[in-house]
Amino acid sequence: MIDHTALLPAYCAGGTALLAFLSDLVAPGRRALVLSVTLLGGLVTGVACWWGSRGGSRATFCLEPPDIPGVTIASERVCSFQWDGTATLVGILFATATVVVLGLSVSALRTGEVPAGEYCFLLACSMTGGVVLGASGDLITLIIAMETLTLPLYVLVGLRRRSVASAEAAVTFFVVSVVSTSVTLLGAALLYGATGTVHIRLLAGALESRAELRSVPLVSAAVVLVLVGLAFKVAAVPFHAWAPSTYDGAPLPIAAYLSTASKVGGVIALLIVAVGALEPWLDVAGPALAALAVLTMTVGNLAALRQRRMVRLLAWSSVAQAGYILAPLGAFALSSGRSLSATPVIVTAVLAYTVFYVVLELGAFGAVVALRGSADGGTLDDYRGAARRRPWVAGAFVLAMAGLAGLPPGLAGLFAKVTIVRALLDGGAGWLAVVVALNAVVGLAYYVRAAASLFGSPDPSSAARAVWPRVPVAASVVLAAVTIAALVIGLAPQLVLNAVTL
Amino acid sequence: MMLEANQILLLVTLVAPTVGAIAAATLPAEGDRAARILATVAAGVAFVASVLLLLSRSTQALVDPVPSYPYGIVVSPWVELDLPWVPGLDLRFHIGVDGISYPLVVLTTLLTLLCALYTCWRVPDSGGGPVRGRHLAALLLVIELGIVGVFLALDLVLFFVFFEVVLLPMYAVIAIWGGERRRHAARKFVLYTLLGSLLLLVGVFTVVASAGTADLVALSTAAGPAMPYGVQLAAFILLALAFAVKSPLWPLHTWLPDAHTEAPTVGSVILAGVLLKMGTYGLLRVAVGVAPAGAEAVAPVLGVLAVMAILVGGLVCLAQTDLKRLIAYSSVGHMGFVLLGIATLTSVGFQAALIGNIAHGIITGLLFFLAGAIKDRAHTGALGELGGLRETAPGLSGLLGYAAIASLGLPGLAGFWGEAFAVVAAFSRGGPFWIVLGVLAAVGAALAAAYFMRMLRQVTHGPPSPAVSSLTPARLAGAEVWSWAPLVVLALVLGLVPALVTELSAVPVEALIGVVGSP
Repeated sequence: MIDHTALLPAYCAGGTALLAFLSDLVAPGRRALVLSVTLLGGLVTGVACWWGSRGGSRATFCLEPPDIPGVTIASERVCSFQWDGTATLVGILFATATVVVLGLSVSALRTGEVPAGEYCFLLACSMTGGVVLGASGDLITLIIAMETLTLPLYVLVGLRRRSVASAEAAVTFFVVSVVSTSVTLLGAALLYGATGTVHIRLLAGALESRAELRSVPLVSAAVVLVLVGLAFKVAAVPFHAWAPSTYDGAPLPIAAYLSTASKVGGVIALLIVAVGALEPWLDVAGPALAALAVLTMTVGNLAALRQRRMVRLLAWSSVAQAGYILAPLGAFALSSGRSLSATPVIVTAVLAYTVFYVVLELGAFGAVVALRGSADGGTLDDYRGAARRRPWVAGAFVLAMAGLAGLPPGLAGLFAKVTIVRALLDGGAGWLAVVVALNAVVGLAYYVRAAASLFGSPDPSSAARAVWPRVPVAASVVLAAVTIAALVIGLAPQLVLNAVTL
Repeated sequence: MMLEANQILLLVTLVAPTVGAIAAATLPAEGDRAARILATVAAGVAFVASVLLLLSRSTQALVDPVPSYPYGIVVSPWVELDLPWVPGLDLRFHIGVDGISYPLVVLTTLLTLLCALYTCWRVPDSGGGPVRGRHLAALLLVIELGIVGVFLALDLVLFFVFFEVVLLPMYAVIAIWGGERRRHAARKFVLYTLLGSLLLLVGVFTVVASAGTADLVALSTAAGPAMPYGVQLAAFILLALAFAVKSPLWPLHTWLPDAHTEAPTVGSVILAGVLLKMGTYGLLRVAVGVAPAGAEAVAPVLGVLAVMAILVGGLVCLAQTDLKRLIAYSSVGHMGFVLLGIATLTSVGFQAALIGNIAHGIITGLLFFLAGAIKDRAHTGALGELGGLRETAPGLSGLLGYAAIASLGLPGLAGFWGEAFAVVAAFSRGGPFWIVLGVLAAVGAALAAAYFMRMLRQVTHGPPSPAVSSLTPARLAGAEVWSWAPLVVLALVLGLVPALVTELSAVPVEALIGVVGSP
């Protein structure tokens, strides 16, 4: 029996993609129609995700626990698709991010720089992958969802017409991503070879009860390979090099999508694998995650210091932010972090930080789109004088930058940092908290620079930027909504903490 | 939920600046002056509310003339307000005021009011950018919100949140309205102090993770001493480092001279007057109060660093060639005395630190107002280019002399009590170590006399220099008189009646000593 109610959000997301495709087919060239169909579909998907969570969690594609010798499973059934709290959160995040990105895409679509039909269809496909990802209960579903999420992005990144940078970005992204997927697949295959299962819970059970696996080096290699492959997706150092050039070459809204939704996908996949499947082996995975987090935030921040182009700066900053997101997982390196009381706090912190980050990052990209229209991100100097001509957009941008730096008035970002540090100290990883603190200081240096560039006087020699494009209505509505959301979760962070407490 | 009148007053000190800041910043450009006046009114409301808070103490005193603290209860606010905010982060909106925090709250609201008043009259040049005087006034109010919040907070996480509120507005004030090297100074300020406040964050959650509560009232009583020694030590070191950056304590002070020198007049006044006090207040209330065992272990190190700050500050001042920079470095020395007082962990020392805090806020606030006025008129702050000020501007010169003498600690003026009793406290601790520290601090006080005399000789005496003889206007403007007069009067009143502060803080200080342990 397949539980179609559990699958409803996935149907909605897939249906959205199909409708976008069909509407472009029957009414070609009607950009507004395709866009509104996709927007509506995204909203419906969001509602379906929320609705699906009512009345407890649902699961489908289940099998009776197989009788693997020596493995004891506490639960009765294992399922490949579980619509639970995590899935709801992830689904809503993806639907929201998609809707926001579509809103920001209006000016790019209007100029015809990107073809509307393909654009909306691919974005909806990617959303489908994200919605399924949160619900996946085995490694195969997880990896396929991850690929459904990423595959459309190869095309989306390269969709800007007549842009070599865009095509280059797409190829870089494609190559790196395919390699990382194969690495994850290899890891998953090795794990299957060692344990005979791909289900997350069965894997955890097998790894826990079969002590002899500890002496097989291949299993350790498999654990590391799976994690490394997923680290590619979150653009964690040392697998980050694709991110800056890809973000900078992609259309601005797609860069926003890459740095929020796509990154969320990677984080969720890492969480599902690390805390779900590999929990008994966290003593192996923990130090790797800690090293990954420290490297990612440090390298990201230091590289961002040197950037002169806005989108590259935001790209490196999002690498650093991925480091903060992973930081609580680093507490698993210590036995105190693996205790029963600390683990939920750590997972909650990761999810909460992700939500805060997504809202703030969307705000930052929203402001950039509002200031630049359909042009690319430009250099920091191109933004001089923005505060005088577009004071409200500048205000939103400053708020987003302050938030990403973790300072008031970006209270959302402040509480995000607080959540991380609290989880780390609860897990006994004070040293990692100090590393986060030092990194936040470095981060502030460039966030301040980016925000201050809006307040500079325009360079009289470059007359090119004398006119600011009109802010499209859709972009300003989206920016206002995201900024208000950032303010609200800044004043009432408990809303986010409640949402992510599963 | 019904709020009592006192609790409403407490909220007003935070709400008035917030509302004022939002209103002033969002008014259109045509209403720039009106917006600044509006901001002044908001600052005035906050000031009146903070003064009225004293009444709540006297009504309590009527009920219980000698508040008797049960042993171990350290923080016992007259008024408090405790609302849930973010249970998931152990964050409660718990604010209150007691004898230790009250004088600082009033000092903050007073100095902000005076600065807002000054801003109505004069706005420093912002280089023609899109930001105007109303934005400066709004930022001052946001800074006030943060500082008052720090002094009122009775929840560690809330304390941290307010601690952070100050950073970016102060950065903007320095970076937009500052002097020639403002960008550099502002960035140094914000990065340095952010480092401090993030160490505070780690320290706060070290405490919270161990004690299981973030409530300062609870932490300063039973839970504090119950924390394991190692945790207390780690927490104290983290917290002390955080507050040492803010205070600032030598050798973490290097952000201060640049920031104070480059900031516009009102920025320097707020920076020196009250922003530094967040550090010393935090050290006393949070670091010592929450981790007394850690404090006892680290106190000698703090003492040595404080005395180093006094001596280094004094020596550097002797070699300074810029008026604002000299006053800035003198702050390092004065805050050294405050930190020495705290490091002795005696009731005399704590009292000296508290009154030293207030006195420094009043006197250095006045000094920076005067230095700003001189620099605006003579277009230079270099001591070598000033001279003979008393010939052309006797009023300004007389006030500068008064403030300098108050600052070097002449008995009868406010600066005396804090410094004298910090030395007394060091002696009363006894033992060769503390006596040597006391002697060195006394030497530092003599250095202060030397450099202020040198400054007065160069600035006020002698024949007028070209810069000074062409100085306009020689007379003081009405706004200047009004914004300086309260500080002039307070410097004298506090010098004559130090009990204004010490009487308020006597009981809470005794209670704190009861926990810290040194007699």
